[in-house]
Amino acid sequence: MNIVVCIKRVPATDSRIKVGADGTSIDDSQLEWIISPYDEFAVEAALQMKEAAGEGEVTVMTMGPAESTKELRTCLAMGCDKAVLLTDPDSGTRDAHTTAHALAKAIQGLSPDLVLCGKVAVDRDQGQVGSLLGGILDMPCITEIKALSITDGKATVERAGDSGTTETWTVSLPAVLTTTKGLNEPRYAGLKGIMAAKKKPIDEQEAQLGEAALTIKSLELPPPRREGRIIGEGPEAVTELVRLLREEAKIL
Amino acid sequence: MLAYGAFLRHSAEILAESKTPFGSVLVTGPPHLSPDIAMSVFRGLDYYLLDDMLSEEEIMVRDMTRDFVSDEVMPIIADAYEKAEFPRELIGKVGELGMLGANLPAKYGCAELGPIAYGLICQELERGDSGLRSFVSVQGSLAMWPIFAYGSEEQRMRWLPGMAKGELIGCFGLTEPDHGSDPSGMLTRARKDGDEWVLNGAKMWITNGTVSDVAVVWAKDDDGVIHGFLVEKGMEGFSAPEQKRKFSLRASVTSELVFEDVRVPDSNRLPGVQGLKGPLGCLTQARYGIAWGGVGAALACYDEVLNYTKSREQFGKPLAGFQLIQANLAEMVTEITKAQLVAWRLGKLKEAKKARPQHVSLAKRNNIKMALDVARMARDMLGANGVTGEYQSMRHMCNLESVYTYEGTHNIHTLILGQDVTGIGAFG
Repeated sequence: MNIVVCIKRVPATDSRIKVGADGTSIDDSQLEWIISPYDEFAVEAALQMKEAAGEGEVTVMTMGPAESTKELRTCLAMGCDKAVLLTDPDSGTRDAHTTAHALAKAIQGLSPDLVLCGKVAVDRDQGQVGSLLGGILDMPCITEIKALSITDGKATVERAGDSGTTETWTVSLPAVLTTTKGLNEPRYAGLKGIMAAKKKPIDEQEAQLGEAALTIKSLELPPPRREGRIIGEGPEAVTELVRLLREEAKIL
Repeated sequence: MLAYGAFLRHSAEILAESKTPFGSVLVTGPPHLSPDIAMSVFRGLDYYLLDDMLSEEEIMVRDMTRDFVSDEVMPIIADAYEKAEFPRELIGKVGELGMLGANLPAKYGCAELGPIAYGLICQELERGDSGLRSFVSVQGSLAMWPIFAYGSEEQRMRWLPGMAKGELIGCFGLTEPDHGSDPSGMLTRARKDGDEWVLNGAKMWITNGTVSDVAVVWAKDDDGVIHGFLVEKGMEGFSAPEQKRKFSLRASVTSELVFEDVRVPDSNRLPGVQGLKGPLGCLTQARYGIAWGGVGAALACYDEVLNYTKSREQFGKPLAGFQLIQANLAEMVTEITKAQLVAWRLGKLKEAKKARPQHVSLAKRNNIKMALDVARMARDMLGANGVTGEYQSMRHMCNLESVYTYEGTHNIHTLILGQDVTGIGAFG
């Protein structure tokens, strides 16, 4: 079982974001960085699939700045076997298309049985790279899986469908799967894992970027939320609330 | 594993024009909150950019421990403290992560960390609670370390791998009801009888005592020479009743050890050391971790009170905008930063094998006093809220009263330093 997991280095989820002086990028001078949380489910799933198969190799891959070795090293400490860093100093400005092309080029060389990534990176929140990878690699793709098992070269996955239903799919491998919360509980990188990670290889190569499909024209912070308003108390307030929701907020 | 957060609350709105093969779309929209993602808070303090002095691996160890404490310890610790229960469910977890005896060699199932990484673990654990850090310190430095340093290979192989996993628990018996700061006056006796030793006496204030599978017990033979013995749970005449009604370290087990003609085989004696230097060597290991732990407790209090005073308003503005509050915060930042530098430098000295026990005394003395002062200040700044279990500072403050007193009281470390610089002992 040869698995590639794609992760992304993103600002810590409690960061206060500032728009950079150019008006199109985020000022990253004060930011702390983490692995995008949904990608951790992908890493854990890959490790569990390898452990269940009793053989195989998990390669963790990212496109990002040179500092991304920190996030890759954490994945190696969790148990991934090797890492690939597609270096791109301007990765913060790349669109999903460019990123997916660069990842796909590197993934093709590894001929994996399975490609996993989080359903969305929590920085841009676009959720496109997984699906694009499926298209570019010509592999079936199922998004937002919350259960996964592999038997006889086929993956069986569950995902939340509309109206609270659960869809169960069987898909032939190789395939691209994107992961969401509920799939597993990502393990901590234990101390022995951290010590072992020192000796695992990180293959750094320049990202083979395709042509950008999107350019960011401007970046603005959302307007500050307006202060709340108390319209009354108890059951008597319901009529007024409904009226305001209908006439003022226009959401009913 | 990582603390997820509401990144998108503060996230920028991204407006982008697409020219993909899928058609032209405007990617836009207000940031949405992912409800399945909770929020992170604790980020420590690195005023003097000390992280620049840490290796990537040391930072990983620190961050992993920090995440573990945020996710697994913080949700349960206030309750455990209030109920005076040691959260035993954490033992297996800290063992699995490699935090027990983390600085011992890999051949005994340990992670073989350097001193700085080991110190950072203690710091982060004590950010959670001094009781948890005490458990890990006693298991690693006071029980596993002497078995490693003074034990036979057979003793090491028998105990260390299971202790590293947290399957076996250890404690350390030196202090006695009537002999605390003067351990050389100990009354516990070990009389040789053929291939066995017969132990009589009592030890007190023993962390982990009641829950231990093995106690490293220090006792004098008929010639007054101190030996270390591995006294096992269930040995006849050995009991370990818990000491109750503590107002401090409530989430940690403290016990008496009682020996009534306990027969211990000579193979359970630690062959590698005799005399007071045996237990003192262990204490030097543990005090090193405590010096780092004090930084963690202080960071927890500082972080809590900084957030509190920035968000709580009185007289129409945040508390943090008042000079008295800022004076306290400035004092905290300064003292924590100094303590961080002391701990880090001590770690480097330890790495270079230049650290003397007196160096460790300076760090334990300074950093725990610092932590206690910070915790008291934080408790005060939290006002009435500060006396409730909803906030951490008073729990840390009460815990630190013990830490200030154990492993060499503050005053004993004062005298160790005094003796070191003058050459004149002033203990007795």
